[in-house]
Amino acid sequence: MTELSKQKALVQYAAQIGDNGLIIGHRMSEWCFRAPSIEMEMALMNCALDLIGQARELYTYAATTQGEGKTEDDFAYLRDEQDFRNALLTEVPNGDWGDTIVRLFFMSAYNKLFFTALTSSKDSELAAIGAKSLKEVTYHLRFSSEWLIRLGDGTEESHTRVQNSIDSLWAYTGELFTMTDAENLLLEDGIAVDVTALKADWVTLVAQILEQATLTFPTNDWAQLGGKAKGQHTEHMGYIITDMQYMQRRYPGCEW
Amino acid sequence: MYGDTSIQKPIEIAEPTSEEQARLEEIFQQKIDDNIKIEPQEWMPAAYRKTLVRQMSQHAHSEVIGMQPEGNWITRAPSLRRKVILLAKIQDEGGHGLYIYSSAETLGTSRAEMIEQLQTGKAKYSSIFNYPALSWADMGTIGWLVDGAAITNQVALSRCSYGPYSRAMIRICKEESFHQRQGYELLLSLSRGTDEQKEMLQESVNRFWWPSLMMFGPNDSDSPHSAQSMKWKIKRKSNDQLRQEFVDATVPQAEFLGITLPDPDLKWNEERGHYDYGEIDWEEFGNVINGNGPCNKQRVANHLKAHEDGAWVREAAAAYAEKQQNKQVA
Repeated sequence: MTELSKQKALVQYAAQIGDNGLIIGHRMSEWCFRAPSIEMEMALMNCALDLIGQARELYTYAATTQGEGKTEDDFAYLRDEQDFRNALLTEVPNGDWGDTIVRLFFMSAYNKLFFTALTSSKDSELAAIGAKSLKEVTYHLRFSSEWLIRLGDGTEESHTRVQNSIDSLWAYTGELFTMTDAENLLLEDGIAVDVTALKADWVTLVAQILEQATLTFPTNDWAQLGGKAKGQHTEHMGYIITDMQYMQRRYPGCEW
Repeated sequence: MYGDTSIQKPIEIAEPTSEEQARLEEIFQQKIDDNIKIEPQEWMPAAYRKTLVRQMSQHAHSEVIGMQPEGNWITRAPSLRRKVILLAKIQDEGGHGLYIYSSAETLGTSRAEMIEQLQTGKAKYSSIFNYPALSWADMGTIGWLVDGAAITNQVALSRCSYGPYSRAMIRICKEESFHQRQGYELLLSLSRGTDEQKEMLQESVNRFWWPSLMMFGPNDSDSPHSAQSMKWKIKRKSNDQLRQEFVDATVPQAEFLGITLPDPDLKWNEERGHYDYGEIDWEEFGNVINGNGPCNKQRVANHLKAHEDGAWVREAAAAYAEKQQNKQVA
């Protein structure tokens, strides 16, 4: 690999955190008019707004750092699938309400720890974004934990369904705690978060809620990697990109 | 949750004699004439209650079904700014739906009953949402024309005689006028854009103009419920009056956008001090009302599917709540 400049690494880093927000926010937004009640739908729309909002700030910061006159929309709409470095967990399809809650729970537990650590970043802009996002993801964690407990300790059907969701999404959680080259480089300067150090707390947090939900903690530790380090996504990602970028690709260079 | 049974039931009153009935009706009408709001716990004629439940549930359903055409474009919004504006707007609409359902529940009909009536086709929603959202420009046109027409109606409704409905309308109007401005601003961007964007704008307005005029309902001469509703001050202005207000307000906005409204008969009438406009296609209106619009089946099927897919979730939540309650008792 050619040597990565610190500036380039920072652009990649900000964009990569933004990618997680945009892609999971996209998935949440797909619940519009599909949720089990209006209240639940509005809660998910709210999460989507927060997460896409986080992506906007991070992309804007990435664009400013890059200094090529690009905007947040260049990052969302004009990069190719391989340029997105979101964790695979954020892009897998919504599935049923249980799958969606489990995904949001895994991600929010991670986000809570991640943004807490990011507030201590030596990069003041990232620290500020971390502080603002932390408030939002704390709510997402509460919302998804409450639902996880309700589903786990609800009916037999809901228990079985949500246990299956946990078991099938588990393989995507390991990727959250891997480091990219950009992260390693920025870690030296105290800019990036050492995500490998977050795993123990994440496991404790998850185990605690699963216990309350009368659910079983998965034992299979195999992790599916690819999105974060290499931009190698699941088969689903191409459709997200197609959907999301359709207007910008069809009508290039327009103001909307 | 849909299954909420904790709503406030109206106070049961023993069946009045016909003489008492006449006196109660007189007092009721006097309050209306004196512009005193009617509140949930007060006596009201059964037909007044029924009319309000019909109208309010229809209104709430419209907010909720209206999320579908707009929801069709969230994932395809052409910029992140527009995407979050659209998401927030749709979220507001869900909130309006909830608010109006709650107001309607003060009349003794539960949200679950109202939802069932929607899903079985017994209750209607605004016909405009049976038209498809086919282009990005529709996200602006819906804000400008559809929300614009809705506001014209709702400003009048905010003076409605039933307290909870009137108060709901005051609050909702504020958000709706914000949506309308956002919609118009979206269209302004298109009007200042490329030829393709301008075409997208014109094409969208061509599709939505007439259905928007239909939102005010039949002509006054063909509006069966209107006279009684006016007397009860549920309705404060007639369908045709409101439609005229809407046309008068909208034509200059269309001119500013540089678009043509698809009505060759549309012209200023100096004598009347209003715009004249062409005859609405009432056959289309009737068809769409009666289930034969482009999206009627799809809209209700989507609602039903979400409801059925979510049944296990609502059951789980209820079972969990019961377990918690039992734990507290034990």
